[in-house]
Amino acid sequence: MPPERPNAAGGRLKAFGVWIDERFPMSALWKEHMSDYYAPKNFNFWYFFGSIALFVLALQIVTGIFLTMSYKPMDTEAFNSVEYIMRDVQWGWLIRYLHSTGASAFFIVVYLHMFRALLYGSHRKPRELLWIFGVLIYLALMAEAFMGYLLPWGNMSYWGAQVIVSLFGSFPWIGDALVQWIRGDYFISDITLNRFFALHVVAVPLVLIFLVVAHILALHEVGSNNPDGIEIKKTKGPDGRPLDGVAMHPYYTVKDIYGLAIFMLLFAAVVFFAPEMGGLFLEAANFDPANALLTPEHIAPVWYFTPYYAMLRAVPAFAGTQVWGVLVMFGAIVLLFFVPWLDRSPVKSIRYRGPIYKVALMLFAATFIMLGYCGMKPPEQPFKTISVIGTIYYFAFFLLMPWYSRIDSHKPEPTRVTW
Amino acid sequence: MVLAAACWPLTLPASTTGFPLQDADTDVANLASLQRGARNFANYCLGCHSAKYMRYSQIAQDLAITENELQQNLMFTGTRIYDPMVSAMPPEQARAWFGNAPPDLSLIVRSRSADYVYTFLKSFYDDPSRPTGANNAVLPQTAMPDVLAGLQGRQTARFESKPDAEGKPVQHLVGLDAAAPGEMTAAEFDGFVRDTVNFLEYVSEPAKSQRRSLGVWVILYLLMFLAFTYFLKKEYWKDVK
Repeated sequence: MPPERPNAAGGRLKAFGVWIDERFPMSALWKEHMSDYYAPKNFNFWYFFGSIALFVLALQIVTGIFLTMSYKPMDTEAFNSVEYIMRDVQWGWLIRYLHSTGASAFFIVVYLHMFRALLYGSHRKPRELLWIFGVLIYLALMAEAFMGYLLPWGNMSYWGAQVIVSLFGSFPWIGDALVQWIRGDYFISDITLNRFFALHVVAVPLVLIFLVVAHILALHEVGSNNPDGIEIKKTKGPDGRPLDGVAMHPYYTVKDIYGLAIFMLLFAAVVFFAPEMGGLFLEAANFDPANALLTPEHIAPVWYFTPYYAMLRAVPAFAGTQVWGVLVMFGAIVLLFFVPWLDRSPVKSIRYRGPIYKVALMLFAATFIMLGYCGMKPPEQPFKTISVIGTIYYFAFFLLMPWYSRIDSHKPEPTRVTW
Repeated sequence: MVLAAACWPLTLPASTTGFPLQDADTDVANLASLQRGARNFANYCLGCHSAKYMRYSQIAQDLAITENELQQNLMFTGTRIYDPMVSAMPPEQARAWFGNAPPDLSLIVRSRSADYVYTFLKSFYDDPSRPTGANNAVLPQTAMPDVLAGLQGRQTARFESKPDAEGKPVQHLVGLDAAAPGEMTAAEFDGFVRDTVNFLEYVSEPAKSQRRSLGVWVILYLLMFLAFTYFLKKEYWKDVK
């Protein structure tokens, strides 16, 4: 480095940095989370989705802010205002498609991110709390997406909300009161739309941002897992840095930007050439305004909820109530919190696990997709039977994990990462 | 993953009757077709149907029509250029006349599909039991009269008796036959309907053409960006042993 001249721009910038550091831990934070945060060097394809999820969150917040500038949360105006955005607002169509495609992309990315954890045991000790924050993010995201879906006030928005909210009515004793409390009315109305708007644009995003910060802090506290499922902190060099680690910045910043570029390509392909995604991302029935007197031919939630919707429908009513299906649906999500303790394998990564877990996990992924497909279909055969089998397998995968993960064989873990 | 999602069976809305939908074969980049469609819409649809989200001025701009031409050829209701396409027919009277107010057509192609509207417009047939004297194979008991009969000519329906799940015979509409010729040949009429549906597809999403043409540039830009980021990553990572 050339010697610093006292009045050069670089010198002034440095002085400004010192001024800030004396008042705010700017360099310390940068060091802790970027330049001196060591991540395993052997990350593969599956490790792109964390940074991509962060990007999509930012995208949703920014596009969301611009949408709120022209959207009107009112039963008589909401649908009109969305069309106003699509036609009269400059670049409104682009902002709206970015937001609607972003919602689906968020779930695709988060599902892949969660699957990565199951592949490499990223939820195992010492990362249990990191996983729990993750599941809470997933829950918040579902709430966010569900309430956001009502806002365009299309007929599928209306009836989808009607069906999902009325699920709470199946709880004994408190059901009816609970549903009324959620809707704020005797049916989905202007009041419901207004409160969903408030929750969608203020309350849940705040919770999401808080949880994402907690998720990243927890990650940086324990350090990242990797495809070998071993702790890089166990083998440190004389300088105290993990031998198998590389600094987050610049190594993973440049790598994640590369991953982001691939994601943005696929994302742009959908936004510009298939924003409806054949009715998966934007449903045809939602181009009719909400109509309390006209039920759409076939009501199904958006694709990212359909695995749970299939489970809900797979459970028959008995003892005079439908509540069992609702409990199964919520149970399917609650189970996720316990995965770190259900898994009893001595190794973390699928690379060193035995055949039982490998087969069980692949079947689980296939089952989840299959359930999602069945949830979009009308409740007919063979989808009903497949949903029942799928639901049983979904629960068996988690509830039997303490046994099959223990008896499963395993290979010895390496001491250093495979590179 | 996006490719995988694209391979899912498309949930296109089919006609509820199971009457097969024909391919509308529309192209919103075809300006001549859109201009003919706009003329057809103004002359044959706008009398009863509105497209309340569509402004005349936007049409002029997107379809390369001067505002003068537009005013002379498309605007019959005494509206101004920045007004939306609202039918002059009062909805209360429409309800009294047809039993149903004619639906707004701004988004009809997005809520039903171009193929649906195309097939619907071609599938009217004589049915003396209906108050309008016409019925429709795609939307049975439709309140809409066969307004294009003068162009298409009249059609009759062919029925076949098939047993239902309980074995009772049920009449199924299996096809339509030309009964009397209209002003247009079958091919001319197909073209007329195609242009009209094409215009409706444009109306349902005026930015569609712009979206696609801009998309090509965005993808090209991102491909370049991808190449840069790939080499940047490679440059940094070559030090990692």
